[in-house]
Amino acid sequence: MSILAPYETVVGLEVHVELHTKSKIFCGCSTSFGAPPNTHTCPVCLGHPGVLPVLNRQAVEYAMKAAMALNCEIAEWCKFDRKNYFYPDSPKAYQISQYDQPIGAGGWIDIEVNGKTKRIGITRLHLEEDAGKLTHIDGGLGSLVDFNRVGTPLVEIVSEPDIRSPEEAKAYLEKLRAIMLYCDVSDVKMEEGSMRCDANISLRPHGQEKFGTRAELKNMNSFRGVQRGLEYEQIRQAEILESGGEVVQETRRWDESQGKTFSMRGKEEAHDYRYFPDPDLVRLHIDQEWQSRVRASIPELPDARQARYTEQYGLPSYDAGVLTASMKLADFFEESLKYTSDAKASANWIMGDLLGYLNSNGLELDQAKVTGQGLGEMIGLIEKGTISSKIAKTVFKTMIETGKAPQTIVEEQGLVQISDEGAILAIVDKVIAANPQSVEDFRGGKDKAIGFLVGQIMKETKGKANPGLVNKMLMDRLKS
Amino acid sequence: MSITVKDVEHVANLARLELTEAEKEQFTGQLNAILKYAEKLNELNTDGIEPTSHVRPMYNVMREDKVAESLPIEKVLLNAPDEEDGQFKVPAVLE
Repeated sequence: MSILAPYETVVGLEVHVELHTKSKIFCGCSTSFGAPPNTHTCPVCLGHPGVLPVLNRQAVEYAMKAAMALNCEIAEWCKFDRKNYFYPDSPKAYQISQYDQPIGAGGWIDIEVNGKTKRIGITRLHLEEDAGKLTHIDGGLGSLVDFNRVGTPLVEIVSEPDIRSPEEAKAYLEKLRAIMLYCDVSDVKMEEGSMRCDANISLRPHGQEKFGTRAELKNMNSFRGVQRGLEYEQIRQAEILESGGEVVQETRRWDESQGKTFSMRGKEEAHDYRYFPDPDLVRLHIDQEWQSRVRASIPELPDARQARYTEQYGLPSYDAGVLTASMKLADFFEESLKYTSDAKASANWIMGDLLGYLNSNGLELDQAKVTGQGLGEMIGLIEKGTISSKIAKTVFKTMIETGKAPQTIVEEQGLVQISDEGAILAIVDKVIAANPQSVEDFRGGKDKAIGFLVGQIMKETKGKANPGLVNKMLMDRLKS
Repeated sequence: MSITVKDVEHVANLARLELTEAEKEQFTGQLNAILKYAEKLNELNTDGIEPTSHVRPMYNVMREDKVAESLPIEKVLLNAPDEEDGQFKVPAVLE
């Protein structure tokens, strides 16, 4: 029996998402990634005395959009507060954040795990500024600070403690990422740090209402990292509880290479952020008109699109889920349907050949050259009998790699299917004449022999013979 | 509510200040005097008045999302205690 069996795992996630505005939240410095250290800084984001932050309207609208997409209520009035702490990544010695008046609250998203849908509550979503980046010099000789990231707008999304397993945590993050991508408010790349996740995790005996003592996990830099970190931590806590010990409330750091969490001593000093309203920033008022305008800019979200695909196109829910997990993939699918009416065929080509190719080559969709139009046209060529499905596999791979139109590839490589009865008949006769033994076998009752003969015909035509015609004509000949 | 020496020690610790015993006593007294002065506000009748976070009745001061020029790196590092490769160098921070 698993050591986890007597316990229920309770997880709440705090996710930071960088909003992809062009300039920072309180000054005009660029937010672009990868600039030389400290070249995107100015007196405001360097925290020089006497400067005044001015709020970026676009950052507010992205935060509103994200909050609405997560089904949050938008605050009519809210404000910004100073969160005070000393650490070299923060030049002002405070972070501008929202304390008791977040821009959004009381939302939810639905996740699907093992075929079951589950609703996860979103406690709040607030707007704040990012901190700088520290690199540590080997041998403890000092730390280097790059302030380029200071002032990049962030939303912090806090979930309710509704998550019950590492798999659910991963599903929640993936859904959150998809929604942010659909809303086009962030690049949401965990590897580049534009999406970051901290987790609160505790265990309690089944049936107990009171939460157990929790640990806060940091430094999980990938979806897999979050799942592995939580898997490790739930076993660590179960072992403590099983041996009669008590879990200590603390912050723990996930070490990806060792696959373990470690206590972050030294950071345990009581957090006392002494929040107070930032006197440099006036209040934010979001009226109904502004809300409606932003709400109108939210596209159809993944869940709605998935439901529509099953209704409108008759796709299985699984297929619809795979296609809508990424907006780019869903758009690609819909583009293809302008050129073919066979939605299931398009879905199969995307989920099989396209995703298979991308996965095995470690590519993103926009790195593949094929277009939705190309796929739609190719399915049309199969329907018309111009190419066989087998040949289409070769054509599709060439489309992914070159971006050429299917018709062009078919012409250039001479892949047009042979559907001329006379031409096929000639080859059928030739193969029959060359393989008397197989013909004998078939007539003697060995049905398998037909496969060999079909194979020989396809070989003669380099796979281009129309398979339906080949079968029909071969049977006619053999039975006559 | 009154401030104790313990509160002063806590706040000083958060602000990374080292205070002598005499300073702790001095600041405890001063902070209490300030709080007592502010307590006068409690004498006002604030029934029916909405709490506010700012003294000015302004809201929605915002800028458009446009990139402006940043400081040249020499100026950025002018106040750096120490520098290395265009970065601020500070005493080692432990993870």
